[in-house]
Amino acid sequence: MTTTEFILDATCRQGAFTLALDLRVQARALALFGPSGSGKTTTLELLAGLRTPDAGRLAVGGRVLVDRAAGIHVPARARRVGYVPQDALLFPHLSVRGNVFYGRTDAASAGLDETNRRALAEVMALLEIEPLMDRSVSGLSGGERQRVALARALQASPAFLLLDEPLAAVDLPRRRRIVEALRRIRDELAIPLVYVTHAPEEVSALADAAILLDGGRVVARGAPRDVLPVMAPLPEA
Amino acid sequence: MSAEVREIAVFTTLAALAATLVMLVPGVALAWLLARRRFPGKAIVETLVSLPLVVPPVATGLLLLWLFGRRGPIGALLASAGIELVFTPAAVVVAMALMGLPLLVRTARAGFEQVTHRYEQMAETLGAGPWRVFTTITLPLASRNIVAGAVLGFSRALGEFGATIVVAGSIPGRTRTLAVGIYSFMETGRDADALALVAVSVSIAFVAVLLSGRLVRQG
Repeated sequence: MTTTEFILDATCRQGAFTLALDLRVQARALALFGPSGSGKTTTLELLAGLRTPDAGRLAVGGRVLVDRAAGIHVPARARRVGYVPQDALLFPHLSVRGNVFYGRTDAASAGLDETNRRALAEVMALLEIEPLMDRSVSGLSGGERQRVALARALQASPAFLLLDEPLAAVDLPRRRRIVEALRRIRDELAIPLVYVTHAPEEVSALADAAILLDGGRVVARGAPRDVLPVMAPLPEA
Repeated sequence: MSAEVREIAVFTTLAALAATLVMLVPGVALAWLLARRRFPGKAIVETLVSLPLVVPPVATGLLLLWLFGRRGPIGALLASAGIELVFTPAAVVVAMALMGLPLLVRTARAGFEQVTHRYEQMAETLGAGPWRVFTTITLPLASRNIVAGAVLGFSRALGEFGATIVVAGSIPGRTRTLAVGIYSFMETGRDADALALVAVSVSIAFVAVLLSGRLVRQG
């Protein structure tokens, strides 16, 4: 299974808070941990192109997204990024269908071969979007919003996916199906994932690399089993 | 309702609708610029747009008369193209549009300011360029305010008096509007006709303001 190289070597100041990343990681799925306010979401926003680092370099899979020294800054619309923020951020004036297919253009779907197309359809089935299609987004539950946001990101044929607590709002019975969907996205669609989570079991299920952030700095990195005990000493049963 | 009253009511409504259409594109563009962009001279543009709200309409009318008069900077240009504006129905529309513009711009601007920028950013990550973001996200999310602003601008246009009478006059069957008509009828002792026009004005304005308020509250 091929891995993707993530270069996150950048600093970004926001008021009193400074995020300073110095990473070069090979992963299919990279998990970001840390207490709230440690810079996890900011990291995703830097990769998505919603924020610009003050200095440094960001690259995914050999593609440079930002290189301040070289004056490179790929705008969000050209990054081919699938971003699923924690609040889903569905467009409130569009139906679920309008949201899901917002980013699907001829150019976006032209890159898919038959196998990918079938895998995408299977993932969509796992996300159980079809019954929601004609609803308005205002009536959706938190979990439904997350699933729709993930489907919307996927339909734009992203080169990589950024997920901010993708399972936080999903009810337990459905979680397994979503994890299965994410696994297929990672393996069959071969889309690398970067995701923020608080749940150790979500890490072991998906991630092959993890980093622990605290106060805007990387305090641990490596295989999930090496990083996990550092971040979350689980209470003894 | 006499034929003359009906004619004035229809002409004024059509002129106000035309004025609303005329102000819509520049008004929405200005509102967006003021809400979303910083540029040199922004405060001056902001003030200029609001000026018709506070300057006596008659003064605005006189200014228009000078601008669009045959020797005025714009009027001379139009005259060389064979177009004369002053004392024509088109002058009514211009006066109405200018007087309605501030209300449209202010209301639409508030609408653009309420649009969460993150929706626009999300659309960008999905591959949308600036124009697509504007037409599919920004504009629809601000649309209630834009429509409400247009209704307010229309209402203002409907009642326009000062600027209209100076730049377009009160030519029966040509430039006479509701407000100007009420004044002219009163002056000539046609009180019943004046009152009929008052009734028409009040009804149209009532519906327009009610509609506008409802649209803004729903937002």
